[in-house]
Amino acid sequence: MSTTVAEKERREISPEKLDEVVIRFAGDSGDGMQLTGSQFTNTSAMFGNDLSTLPDFPAEIRAPAGTLPGVSAFQVRIADYDIHTQGDAPDVLVAMNPAALKKELKDLKTNGIIIVNTDEFNARNFAKAGYASNPLEDHSLDKYRVFQAAVTTMTRRTLEGSGLESKSVERCKNMFALGMCYWLFSRPMENTITFLQRQFAKKPLLAEANIKVLKAGWNFCDITELFHDRYEIPAATLEPGLYRNITGNTALALGLIAASRRSGLPLFLGAYPITPASEVLHELSHFKNFGVTTFQAEDEIAAVCAAIGASFGGALGITASSGPGIALKSEAMNLAVMTELPLIVCDIQRGGPSTGLPTKTEQADLLQVMFGRNSDSPMPIVAAASPKDCFDIALEAVRIATKYMTPVTLLSDGYIANGSEPWKLPEVENLPDLRFEFRTDPVGFEAYARDPETLARPWAIPGTPGLEHRIGGLEKEDVTGNVSYDPANHEKMVHLRAEKVARIANDIPELEVHGDAEGELLVLGWGSTSGAINGAVTDARKQGLPVSRAHLRHLNPFPKNLGDVLARFRHVLIPEMNLGQLAMLVRARYLKDIITLSKVQGQPFARHEILNKIQQILESNAHAN
Amino acid sequence: MPTETTLPTLTKKDFQTDQEVRWCPGCGDYAILSAVQQVFPELGIPREKFVVVSGIGCSSRFPYYMNTFGFHSIHGRAPAVATGLKLSRPELEVWIATGDGDAMSIGGNHLIHTLRRNVGVKILMFNNRIYGLTKGQYSPTSELGKKTKSTPAGSVDYPFNPLSLALGAGATFVARSVDIFQAHLRDTLRRAAAHKGTAFVEIYQNCNIFNDKAFTYMTDKEAKDDNVLYLEHGKPLVYGKNKDKGIRMRGTEMEVVQLGDGVGPDDCVVWDESLDNPATAFLAAQLLPPHFPTALGVFRQVTQPAYEERVVEQMQQETGRLGLGKLDALLKAGDTWTVGGTRH
Repeated sequence: MSTTVAEKERREISPEKLDEVVIRFAGDSGDGMQLTGSQFTNTSAMFGNDLSTLPDFPAEIRAPAGTLPGVSAFQVRIADYDIHTQGDAPDVLVAMNPAALKKELKDLKTNGIIIVNTDEFNARNFAKAGYASNPLEDHSLDKYRVFQAAVTTMTRRTLEGSGLESKSVERCKNMFALGMCYWLFSRPMENTITFLQRQFAKKPLLAEANIKVLKAGWNFCDITELFHDRYEIPAATLEPGLYRNITGNTALALGLIAASRRSGLPLFLGAYPITPASEVLHELSHFKNFGVTTFQAEDEIAAVCAAIGASFGGALGITASSGPGIALKSEAMNLAVMTELPLIVCDIQRGGPSTGLPTKTEQADLLQVMFGRNSDSPMPIVAAASPKDCFDIALEAVRIATKYMTPVTLLSDGYIANGSEPWKLPEVENLPDLRFEFRTDPVGFEAYARDPETLARPWAIPGTPGLEHRIGGLEKEDVTGNVSYDPANHEKMVHLRAEKVARIANDIPELEVHGDAEGELLVLGWGSTSGAINGAVTDARKQGLPVSRAHLRHLNPFPKNLGDVLARFRHVLIPEMNLGQLAMLVRARYLKDIITLSKVQGQPFARHEILNKIQQILESNAHAN
Repeated sequence: MPTETTLPTLTKKDFQTDQEVRWCPGCGDYAILSAVQQVFPELGIPREKFVVVSGIGCSSRFPYYMNTFGFHSIHGRAPAVATGLKLSRPELEVWIATGDGDAMSIGGNHLIHTLRRNVGVKILMFNNRIYGLTKGQYSPTSELGKKTKSTPAGSVDYPFNPLSLALGAGATFVARSVDIFQAHLRDTLRRAAAHKGTAFVEIYQNCNIFNDKAFTYMTDKEAKDDNVLYLEHGKPLVYGKNKDKGIRMRGTEMEVVQLGDGVGPDDCVVWDESLDNPATAFLAAQLLPPHFPTALGVFRQVTQPAYEERVVEQMQQETGRLGLGKLDALLKAGDTWTVGGTRH
């Protein structure tokens, strides 16, 4: 690394080895904290750490500068071992202004590190953040280690004579903070330098300025005695292979493209922009050379209807949205149930009801996608467990949709959609084979004749001679698919539609229990709570507690051994980011009492929150004995 | 896959299904069905390439009676379903059967956006100015003051002019015909079939149960000559039993003139459906009783690439620029690193 600092001035500090660290970058919405955090993440990923991230940003694009609602944060946990969550409490808080300090401080570990940009710590900003006095001087931070740096001033100085206007200069200050963190945690800067060169390929002045400021941040730590310690987090022992860091929404888009390729069906996405699902549309719109059609519809209803129309034509029809959009789509989803066409409905859940918390996570919609349609309307549901699982779950959703001729809901949520983790890249030839053949033989063709095993009806696409037929939302006569109002036929069709979805249970993996196969307590989860549950149960078992865990990727139908598994445990705990939606389904289906642990704060579970509940259950259990 | 149906072998009968037609006896929909079944075999397109898509309402039962591929979808959404179908299969011949409630009310948004995009589908909007299937409530095209089941004291809603709406949305083909004017209707359908991009055809259709005689002012034998103006490309706007009336421009408005006394067809507007500027077509769409004859025919026909053509073209361009996508390379794109199985 080149440096402007003379060698003699450099301090030699040998870094202290840590097995993990949790860092939270926080600043104004316009301060570039998401970029800073993701750069630190990517560099750590390339370095070989395992990691998990939690971006946390406001719904407003730019709330007033310096205020609490305008604070945007990005938390990353990096470790030298296999981790599953973004970490409960940060070890380090980078606060670019008083509002960021005020909003994010409560989570910081005692004796944690705070890095502040002192340039923003002035009377005006104290007032905006609601500080009565300067927190850097009033001893309110005594239980932390506070490091002060005039980040804005030093950024300006670094870029004196650069020819950039002052607004552009100010925007570089996040790179100064990143440079400081790179020094503190012994990270290489090359990855970010390459990124900046690529990002500003057409604006070399900006690339140069950002790189200069990044290095200045590093050098500032190197030559001053701001920090007395320096840390290092060695690479993790991950399974050998080729890795990349991936967010859930990107993994989902890639999984859908992979499913399109493996099935031979061209991908058609109908979507209307909505947080936090829009990235699925953005991602897929780049891949027209994969035969991907993206249609930004006039509304959510048109988006799903166009996907259904494309499916009718023989494409892989997909729509992606979040709770409010799914509500609008429900009539069309039922049309797909009635016409028995493959359709993938991706629901990237967010806090509700109504507009709710657009940028915050929640397992909000399980009951909505299970029941939110008129009449008995069975629809398979799968849910991704983590960012990288979004890839695999996309393939699984397409497998079910095409094999069983049914719409499928794929649940993800804001946490895994925006969060990232290292992903070991699969070999294409090992991906599921989803090849599919349309009906072409006119002899004996009936639009609603069924495969005896799957009960799927034939997929007979327009353009095929001799297969002209009509489908629609009116009740179908069994076998012929003609319109029928016959009472007995309707009852038969309602049962057939239910049976078809129920039979999928024969075709999905049984529920796997981690830990003892039977005993006192099972922690059962679905979706993005997977990491926190895994961490909490691992901790509990280390303490010798008799607890096991299991994770549901299929929510409808459930794995066929779920009832047996539940029966083998005295207590079942289901932690959910809602008021107990899975718990309600499980209770109703298996008449098993469920202990629920709810969290609806727009934030994922912390490991210790689940661990506390486990301890509490087992403790009262012991008293009862 | 079996080969395409050999041409030309199709007749009207080939487009009739074995399903019992369940419209009320005397409904105008029968006449429209008959005209469509006569025109389709003339088009030289294999039967399996036709898809009829509909929403909800009396008109939307249309697909069940057409022996083609068909999709009876949900209320108002036929244009959205058809757009997805046409984008995924541009070679198909996609027709939409809809009504004034389905297209103008619950499906208004999809209609205007389909027209705006110029998706290559034909939209036949049966306008009977009433809700039939729900048994007689006023529709968005019902006239002001209309007394119906839901407006016993008369409707206070101003109606839509469907052609003005379509023109306002940028429709590239806009026409109007009438259920019982069979020859004119067939001609209009042929013109719609030949159009690339969205063809919007309003068809006045009599609902003899809930809004009978809604169009007799212009369909009755005695009345029609003096109350119908046929728009014919390149010809002056002249009408009347004795061809003695015409439409002339006065300032920025159209007016009716009595021909003779030095006023001849040359003084009338010479109809040009191909104008880029839709203003004249818009004026013609405003020609309505009681002060004007009702205009029928093609109001606008301009050539613009259809939406699906642009989509396919962009896909080809991107494939040319980037090469056909390779899944393996896609997964391995971006920053990757190799883990050897031991700590670095």
